Amino acid sequence: MRHDLIILKQWIQPQARVLDLGCGDGALLDDLANEKNISGLGVEIDADNITGCIGKGLSVIEQDIDNGLSNFSDNSFDTVLLTQTLQAVRRPDFVLEEMLRVGKECIITFPNFGHWQARCYLMLRGKMPVSKMMPYNWYDSPNIHFCTVKDFENLCVEKKIKIIHKTVQMALVGTKKDHRLKWYNKIWPNFFGTHAVYHVTR
Amino acid sequence: MKFAANSVGLVTAKTVHFDAPFRVSCGRDLPNLDIVYETYGSLNSDHSNAVLICHALSGDHHAAGYYNEDDKKPGWWDNYIGPGKAIDTNLFFVVSLNNIGGCSGSTGPTSINPATGEPWGPDFPTLRVRDWVESQRLLADHLAIQRWAAVVGGSLGGMQAMRWSLEYPDRVMHCVVIASALKLTAQNIAFNNTSRTAISSDPDFHGGRYYQHDVIPKRGLAIARMIGHITYLSDGVMGEKFGRELRSGSFDQGTESVLEFQVESYLHHQGDIFSENFDANTYILMTKALDYFDLAREYNNDPVIAFSHARCNFLVMSFSSDWRFSPQRSEEIVQALIGAQQAVSYVEIDAPLGHDSFLLPVERYNQVFTAYMKQISQHLGSDSHAS
Repeated sequence: MRHDLIILKQWIQPQARVLDLGCGDGALLDDLANEKNISGLGVEIDADNITGCIGKGLSVIEQDIDNGLSNFSDNSFDTVLLTQTLQAVRRPDFVLEEMLRVGKECIITFPNFGHWQARCYLMLRGKMPVSKMMPYNWYDSPNIHFCTVKDFENLCVEKKIKIIHKTVQMALVGTKKDHRLKWYNKIWPNFFGTHAVYHVTR
Repeated sequence: MKFAANSVGLVTAKTVHFDAPFRVSCGRDLPNLDIVYETYGSLNSDHSNAVLICHALSGDHHAAGYYNEDDKKPGWWDNYIGPGKAIDTNLFFVVSLNNIGGCSGSTGPTSINPATGEPWGPDFPTLRVRDWVESQRLLADHLAIQRWAAVVGGSLGGMQAMRWSLEYPDRVMHCVVIASALKLTAQNIAFNNTSRTAISSDPDFHGGRYYQHDVIPKRGLAIARMIGHITYLSDGVMGEKFGRELRSGSFDQGTESVLEFQVESYLHHQGDIFSENFDANTYILMTKALDYFDLAREYNNDPVIAFSHARCNFLVMSFSSDWRFSPQRSEEIVQALIGAQQAVSYVEIDAPLGHDSFLLPVERYNQVFTAYMKQISQHLGSDSHAS
């Protein structure tokens, strides 16, 4: 399982009502249903992913979150999730507002563009970083709003969003060294962390 | 003729007679009921694998298979019912009936009213969707089905499926609502009314007592069907299918021949076939039931309160080009279900064929429908396979 998902699971209460925005094939919701007996609902736009969710017996709604969540009422979910999707939405600030309206708490995970490798890539090569984690070119990338940990926290201050928990850590995708949390990640997360996991509320 | 491996093959309709008076929601009684139905697949030992098919305006009990080897056309939903199909008859016991008020054998306007010895005609009690649910409940009892694995319906059939989930929440595990609505829009009622007016203004209608005059209001019924047919297709698919092609005549200057567009010929043909096979009083009765349906009426007009009574899982599907029951109508259903904290999945299928898409082979529709039904069968308990 992806390391950001392992971290965020601990912040979800048993029997919680969970909305997963951009839920993919429903692996996380399925896991949470089995482990924590949550009542989950996924939102997805990819046809194959939606069929995958339905095949697992999960509830999933075909909907583009860029158009908002107006069909969901205020505070109707305990936790709203947005994993590795913030950077792909048209207006991250709008999506965040909507999440905080619909959910009592929200968990957001995103790749940190402030990581030293990204900084070095841009500084030394003068090109937008391409890595295993973010394998797209600038022109065909679905990730249209990359941000750094600092950018995200600034937005939280501006929007008066309260950070309950956060973890920014080093994760090497595809290696056994996943979810490493070293002392330097804590001291300078925006430089040493690749994966940000934020638990927020209003 | 040999039938395809994924066809239910030869089927026969059965009739069940209920002798007790049936109280209709308008307050009147039908002295007894005949219900014609078909079944496909086998009921398992704990009777947990039964699926109810609710038909739409012009449907009947013949949803799948063939009546004889020379039958040209299978049942109306043969695309989705059969061995290995979305509603897999290897896994499910499928029940399909002709709703009361219909004209395919179940008690309806063409049946004899015992009080007069004449066909009921226009005196047949006005029906609501809930009356169909109640008569389907009688059939479920007769077949010893305590709980449907799924109640499934498109359009008017979807309204029955939703009503089931509220009237008998303990008897429905899954509710599949396809191209349907919580209630009709004014535009939709207007189409139905225009159709009814076409029928009632046919001189052969005789106030609905045409049986006694040995005629049928063929022209009126044909026009009603033509209006319906236009609205069940999309602008795009009509353009693609017919364009401005001529069936006869020519636009050449210096000629004055009778011109007929392909689309005109097609519509007349559809209208003619329908008017020979469908009863005008049934058409009026069914379209009125459509118009009157409002899922939330007795729930303070709040569909969230209405759905809070349901205890099943829902699958809602709509089609992008359907303007008679547009995706927006389905989204209203979904929004109410979410508000009522019900388990619901929703897909909008990109299909060019309009409202009729729900009857036709559409790849993604089939995939989603199949995936949903398959996971139902996996949760039917230890004895999920037909005995």
